[in-house]
Amino acid sequence: MNIYDIIFYLFAAITILSAFFVVTTRNIVYSAYYLLFTFFGVAGIYVLLGADFIAIVQLIVYVGGILILLLFGVMLTNKITNVEIRSGSIQIVPAAVGVALFAGIVMASMLNTKWKNIETAMPSATTQGIGLLLIQQYAVVFELLGILLLVALIGAASMARK
Amino acid sequence: MQVGLNHFLVISTALFSLGIFGIVTRRNAVMVLMGIELILNSANINFIAFARFGNFGLQGQVMALFVIILAAAEAAIALAIVLNIYKTFSTVNVDEIDTLKD
Amino acid sequence: MTEPLMINLALMILLLPLLGFVVSLFLGKRIKAIYIFELFIIILTFAGAVTLAFVKLNYYQNTDIVSQFTWINFGNIPLLGQTNIDLGILIDNIAVLMIFVVTLISMLVHIFSIAYMKGDKLYNRYFAYLGIFTFSMTGIVFTHNMLMIYIFWELVGLSSYLLIGFWFEKKSASDAGKKAFIVNRVGDLGMLAGILILYTTYHTFTFSQIFAQISAGHLPFNSEFWLTVTGILIFCGAIGKSAQFPLHVWLPDAMEGPTPVSALIHAATMVAAGVFLIVRVYPLLTSGALLFIAIIGMLSAFIPATIALTQNDIKKVLAYSTISQLGYMVMGLGVGAYKFAFFHLITHAFFKALLFLGSGSVIHAMHHEQDITKMGGLRKKMPLTYATFLIASLAISGIPLTSGFLSKDGILQGSFAFGSLTGYWIFGFVGFLVALLTAFYMFRLLILTFHGKPRDQHKYDHAHESSFSMAMPLVVLAALSIFIWYTPNPFNPEQGAILTNWIKAPQLVTPQDTRYNFMKSDVPSGSVIKTVPENSEIMYSENYTEALHQAHIPAMLLSLVLAGLGILIAFIFYQWKKVDVDKLTNSIKPLYNLSYNKWYFDEMYDAIFVGGTLMLSRFLSWFDLTIIDGIVNGSASLTRALSIFTGKFDNVVVDGFVNFVAYLSGFVGLIFRRFQTGKVQTYIVFVVFSIVILLFIFK
Repeated sequence: MNIYDIIFYLFAAITILSAFFVVTTRNIVYSAYYLLFTFFGVAGIYVLLGADFIAIVQLIVYVGGILILLLFGVMLTNKITNVEIRSGSIQIVPAAVGVALFAGIVMASMLNTKWKNIETAMPSATTQGIGLLLIQQYAVVFELLGILLLVALIGAASMARK
Repeated sequence: MQVGLNHFLVISTALFSLGIFGIVTRRNAVMVLMGIELILNSANINFIAFARFGNFGLQGQVMALFVIILAAAEAAIALAIVLNIYKTFSTVNVDEIDTLKD
Repeated sequence: MTEPLMINLALMILLLPLLGFVVSLFLGKRIKAIYIFELFIIILTFAGAVTLAFVKLNYYQNTDIVSQFTWINFGNIPLLGQTNIDLGILIDNIAVLMIFVVTLISMLVHIFSIAYMKGDKLYNRYFAYLGIFTFSMTGIVFTHNMLMIYIFWELVGLSSYLLIGFWFEKKSASDAGKKAFIVNRVGDLGMLAGILILYTTYHTFTFSQIFAQISAGHLPFNSEFWLTVTGILIFCGAIGKSAQFPLHVWLPDAMEGPTPVSALIHAATMVAAGVFLIVRVYPLLTSGALLFIAIIGMLSAFIPATIALTQNDIKKVLAYSTISQLGYMVMGLGVGAYKFAFFHLITHAFFKALLFLGSGSVIHAMHHEQDITKMGGLRKKMPLTYATFLIASLAISGIPLTSGFLSKDGILQGSFAFGSLTGYWIFGFVGFLVALLTAFYMFRLLILTFHGKPRDQHKYDHAHESSFSMAMPLVVLAALSIFIWYTPNPFNPEQGAILTNWIKAPQLVTPQDTRYNFMKSDVPSGSVIKTVPENSEIMYSENYTEALHQAHIPAMLLSLVLAGLGILIAFIFYQWKKVDVDKLTNSIKPLYNLSYNKWYFDEMYDAIFVGGTLMLSRFLSWFDLTIIDGIVNGSASLTRALSIFTGKFDNVVVDGFVNFVAYLSGFVGLIFRRFQTGKVQTYIVFVVFSIVILLFIFK
């Protein structure tokens, strides 16, 4: 167990535990806060995988953007004054069974597959490389995503306005 | 045991399963969205893990970036839909919205 | 004073007006007297400019002071190489001269406006706008690269828009603001294209680096033709900003703004920015580009001069005369009279600002009456305004002992010499003709306004001489319209320090065979000049200097005679009324109408651009209605025929089959109905289970 492994297990624990609480806590606002920890944990895992840029993007976009959006969604669709911010669960038993089965099988098949597994050196800085890929090989995809975001923005605004 | 590819795959699978569990069991539509975000995150972990251990260079990271962008677009649209649902049905509990049956 | 200190001083001159703008804009509503702060700022700026100009022109006459830093470093971009953007300040002689002019006139206009704008409800905001204008103009002058010029160029456009439309509740004023903004965009588009060509070729915006590379033989797209095109494209920016033909239409409308603004922006400084831009990029202009510039300048000198003959609005006359004088400068640059053109820029700034402020004083006294046919006789009521206005009119007409005589005569002399060396006599000819017209219309204006009998007794009775804060700028500017500041000899400007030591013709960097013959340096061809010599007078060959010298006396005499003739005709027509002007105009009615209606430029643009768009859309609408709809209708009837046939087929064969399938699925549906709860989550559970099963099977 070196320090890398310890940090990995730490982040893994944060991620999985907080994700578990996200889906089980009754209070939606608590769920959102647990989701914050999940995102932090995932960002930590990205850093462990040498993806520093993605980790920062994860923090900015998810924590700064999507999570806030979700919280807005909670606020706008619940009557906060009535304290009816709790939300129950349904069909727990069939879901738990199904998901457990599913997880088991997927994990089994993933662990048994012979993946190409080459230990490469940790990339030092990824930002420049990603930037080059974005404006060279993936230029078209990148532009299309820009258009998609614009369309999503306009679409969301016009839908929410109706 | 040295932390390797398999560890990350296990994490991602666990996150994915929890996401599905959230989607299936929670009644509130916003909670369902949170489940979807978990699933997208697990996919991203897979992308980056394979990029790291599969010697694909930065391509996997770029894909992960695209996924994050899509997640942002998806969250915006989905919340707009949720707001519309709320206006139409005065509730966001997905189990009460079953007009699809008819 | 050391060089870093000078850079700091320049930065102070640049940033102080911005501070003034921010403070008076944001505190303007709270503190009524904040304009005093802005006034203080501009006086401080002017003091800084005087110091800087004094030091630069006396101690650093031959060194340009540059300070720059790298703003953005793009790193090593594939296909482009090392790319970065530098920002920086360049202090050279023309910059400090220009900055002196800009800050001085700006300060005088500030002082003038105290009284002129008194009682306006947006008083403080007006001063804030003057501040941002001064800031952006200073930016254009001090920068050492194309990018910053472009940025400040647009800022100047913005402040001009704000100030033209200052009385925005008047529709004509807000329209004029929009017009100025949009017309300027047309020119700026060309300028942007030129800048981008330069950047893609040289990967730098900095003038000195661009010039060095051109001089080393590196041309855009490796062709001299494209160098010419680049020069013309950059000149397009000057066409817009300096209101040159064919984009001159915005300037007369811009007179809707307050009169001090017209003096500052639309007479002295902003419109001179275009000329300044040509001066800055002069080394890279080929003979083709210069000829184009000269032609545009000639047209802009001539056409507005003819329009100014018949206008009755005091500010409109001055506006057209501004375009005409700017045309002079541009033409002067085009024919190679670089020093005189820049000299004219300075002298013109002073006397034209004086004319506008004088007209402002008149308008103020006449309670915002601008029609000269309703004025007259104001000489007795406003002696000081009259005296200063007279000096400025003499200066613009080119009468000896004034500054205008020196500079205008220089340009005429240059175009005369140009004609004798290249055979293009047209520039000289038009130049002299415009000199005649200028003298005539300026004195027509002067006589109608100040001489004779009052035509509107009521307004005349209320007219009064302006207060100190309005009179002081007039006196200062009138003093600056006298020759003594520029040269000790009132007939030869070349004896003054300004032309011998301060303004220097730049070293051209264009390839030798793309220059005018007389601009080829006397260095034997083939040898590349690597460094720019200290005293870079070798731009011109010997025979040009000689031709210029020979042209001096004839040009001076001719321009004197013509100016005198113009003034004489004006006096005969309007003062002594020896000739019946109305009868004369009736006998040349078409020409008069052409001039009175400004050559129908506005109507023409309206017809071509607005009408053209309308025509195009009408054609498209017709195309839609007949062709596209025809196709659609045709296919519709074809489809209809087909569907009658298929309908029969459907009813018998298909329906039978469909009904059978429907019964079958209805039966199956009865069974599976139980699974359909309508809840999405139930479906997902099914999906999960199915995946589990599939994974078992295909493991």
